[in-house]
Amino acid sequence: MALLDVKNLHVAFPRGKKGDVEALRGVDLTLEKGQRLGVVGESGAGKSMLAFAILNLIADPGRVTQGSVTFDGQNLLELSERQIRRIRGNRISMIFQDPMVTLNPVLTIGKQMIETLKAHRSISTREARRLSVEKLNLVAIPSAASRMDSYPHELSGGLRQRVVIAIALLTDPELIIADEPTTALDVTIQAEIMSLILRLCRENEVALILITHDLGVVAEVTERLMIMYAGKCVETGRTRDIIDAPKHPYAVGLLKALPQNSTKGAKLYQIPGSMPPITNLPVGCPYHPRCERATDKCRAAIPPLAHGVACFHPMHENGPYGDMEAAQ
Amino acid sequence: MHIVAFLIRRAIQAVIVMFVISLIGFSIQDNLGDPLQEMVGQSVSEAEREILREDLGLNDPFLTQYGRFLGNAVQGDLGTSYFFKRPALEVIMDKFPATFELVLGSVFIFLALSIPGGIYCAINRDKWLAKTIMTASIVGISVPVFLTAILLVWLFGVELQWLPAFGRGDTYELPWGWETGFLTLDGLSHLVLPCIALSSIMLPLFIRLIRAEMMEAMGTDYVRFARAKGLSTARVRYVHAFRNTLLPVVTVGGLMIGTLIAYTILTETVFQWPGMGFLFLEAINRVDTPLIIAYIIVVGLIFVVVNTIVDFVYTLINPMVKLPGAKS
Amino acid sequence: MITWRGFLKRFLSDPVAIGSAAVLLVLILMAVFAPLIAPQNPYDLLQLDIMNSDLPPAWRNGGDDQFWLGTDTQGRGVFSTILYGTGISLLIGIGAVLVQGILGITLGLWAGYKGGWVDSFLMRLADIQMSLSTLMIAIIALALFQAAFDANIYADYAIFMLILIIGMAEWPKFARTVRSSVLGEKNKEYVDAARVIGLPARKVMWGHILPNAMTPVLVISTIQVAEAIMTEAALSFLGLGMPTDKPSLGSLIRSGFEFIFSGSWWITLYPAIVLVTLVLALNLLGDWLRDVLNPKLRRGDD
Repeated sequence: MALLDVKNLHVAFPRGKKGDVEALRGVDLTLEKGQRLGVVGESGAGKSMLAFAILNLIADPGRVTQGSVTFDGQNLLELSERQIRRIRGNRISMIFQDPMVTLNPVLTIGKQMIETLKAHRSISTREARRLSVEKLNLVAIPSAASRMDSYPHELSGGLRQRVVIAIALLTDPELIIADEPTTALDVTIQAEIMSLILRLCRENEVALILITHDLGVVAEVTERLMIMYAGKCVETGRTRDIIDAPKHPYAVGLLKALPQNSTKGAKLYQIPGSMPPITNLPVGCPYHPRCERATDKCRAAIPPLAHGVACFHPMHENGPYGDMEAAQ
Repeated sequence: MHIVAFLIRRAIQAVIVMFVISLIGFSIQDNLGDPLQEMVGQSVSEAEREILREDLGLNDPFLTQYGRFLGNAVQGDLGTSYFFKRPALEVIMDKFPATFELVLGSVFIFLALSIPGGIYCAINRDKWLAKTIMTASIVGISVPVFLTAILLVWLFGVELQWLPAFGRGDTYELPWGWETGFLTLDGLSHLVLPCIALSSIMLPLFIRLIRAEMMEAMGTDYVRFARAKGLSTARVRYVHAFRNTLLPVVTVGGLMIGTLIAYTILTETVFQWPGMGFLFLEAINRVDTPLIIAYIIVVGLIFVVVNTIVDFVYTLINPMVKLPGAKS
Repeated sequence: MITWRGFLKRFLSDPVAIGSAAVLLVLILMAVFAPLIAPQNPYDLLQLDIMNSDLPPAWRNGGDDQFWLGTDTQGRGVFSTILYGTGISLLIGIGAVLVQGILGITLGLWAGYKGGWVDSFLMRLADIQMSLSTLMIAIIALALFQAAFDANIYADYAIFMLILIIGMAEWPKFARTVRSSVLGEKNKEYVDAARVIGLPARKVMWGHILPNAMTPVLVISTIQVAEAIMTEAALSFLGLGMPTDKPSLGSLIRSGFEFIFSGSWWITLYPAIVLVTLVLALNLLGDWLRDVLNPKLRRGDD
């Protein structure tokens, strides 16, 4: 049985007289134990929305309108607040983007770690402290014991994120959802933090959902990949497969735009246009205004996700799907 | 160590401020009225007055007189009241317990109502009670402060006759000379209306402030992270959000000290409360210059001391602000 | 940018705005035309008859139709005193805001434009002044003034003193508002363009930056008038403001206050109602102005 099984997830925000606006428009996701999945997309594509929806943390006035999130047999969306609190921070941990705003500035690191442990186990403060220091050492924070009494603003950005990672690992979770964990950090530290996350997940067999806009990172860290566009998944599959042979025109464009894929001296490729806001989506496939392969069919109907691609005219170079277009 | 350095620095600042206040006070007193006129009757001849002036040192240069004034002030002699024919400081301190108890009672009521009120309105934004409180506070801000006091006097004192509307009632004298109204039933009943009136002046502003700050805190990333860690709602609200709400509230409170002193004078006037403020107004009517100056100096001192305490409290609750002189 | 048409449209579609503006207009007209509409001039001693004192409002037992809202202890009609008193309250309120405005805008422009130690000094001064509340400063200043001068002289100059003192105590608010506008505008290109042409600093400040800083100034002006009126009322209530023979609404409340126990509640009640209405209307209008003129709060359908 899969560890996490998300089916047809819809998240909507009310907009008064104009009705609801959907930020997530029917997303599916499956994750096995210890597996690492990357979720890639531009800002506004719905990646963070997906992360929060899994833990039922969508802030008012948004809400989940359809779908299920099955974790270890239970639908998280149907659990009471009390029940889901036992999962949050315990079996599923989250790492947010900017550690400066993630950690409460008026509480010490120690307090914020100990409270997490105490929320999920009956454990003495002393024992909780000991465990916290252990995890701080695990993420390579120097003088861990004295750091416990420091405040977040006394640490550098990189150290702060390490603390957040340590907090995520405190309860030995089965799944970590990392929402752009390195975006707010210095470029020089990004690689360090990313490899730390990778190593810890591997060593402890923790499943990972890595949300990022950086395809390069995804290639190194994840086994499976999901590409999101305008609130939907447009391509999903093994990371290696997608990177080598992307099928959705958007994925093709993304990969083409990577510096390492451009020829020396030539202009960097950029997908023309921009992703439409969810408040103003075109009819049919959301990508068609920017797509060179768009046809009338694309402009009329939303392509369903089939064989890991949501497209009426996917690319089929070198793939076993050469006759896909003919079949349609 | 840090605390000592802070206190010393603030003490020096306070001394400088008091210097300025006393200088202004003295130079005004020097020019206001003729002390001789108050001390001796009409029948004393001009020649005798001149001798008296010499004796009292009233013809000495300004700085000498000021020096004398300061020297006396430091020893607690702020001149002699024309009306009471007693040391001005003594007259003022006689009334200090009354004002102190009024302020104490008001602060107590104020804290008991504003903090829970503000938090409640922030958390339960849409309940009718919250909306009612918010509307009442907008109206409260627009009603001139002394009118609420008058309304209370008229409603409860005149019409309904539930509570006494002026004076302190019976007081009990504590061993060291402090006349308190808290230990007699009559005294307590006299305290009720004035304390409610004084606290009601500050309530609307602070309820709105606390509500706004609490709402902002509840929307932050670190609150979201706290929820993602699975912490209980109570802990998220009252430990994470509320601690951050306190900071701006204390800051604003510090700015309102002068206003509070002014409002105390108003309240004492409405309720004929025999405190320092009421004494001050009577002194103005009687043109009792030494008493007026002495009051200004005493109030100036209180202002400086309370400000220092508030600043100190602020550094205690905000870990990002170091006490001056501390190493980071 | 907000246009006159857009402004008018929003005004006409908001009942609160229309209501408060209407109330305000009525009160202002009442005050301006007081000499014409008041049944009697309460300050003309020849018109007063002590036999008329302490009459309750006309619709009650013992009331007299001539005095619609009753009379005070000296035989003055309460309605008439309110008409005149409103005028004085408004005069002081608007006068004080003019003083604060001119002082505050000038200092704010200077501080914002010059920067450096001028800015630091002025802002520090503003901080100190703001922490000593206006009311306290006014109480002390007026107390000393009253102690220094004879009661009669004081009565003559009271109105000027009030305008001056409230005005000088509140300049920080205007100064801060203008200063932040200036700091925002200073970095825009048109300032550099003007400097390049060689315009002197003063001209740049007044001619170019100031017009752009006026919107926030307009927003706070209305509310500041309400504040000034409330402050003056409190001061008069304490006996430090307008004297009883030339009363503002606050002084009227003061003179009626001692009598609420003995039963003549109307002497205090009606001036109080008018005061609250005036302040409320100004506050509501000011709030509405702030919402309308604040670019950040403007809705997309403007």
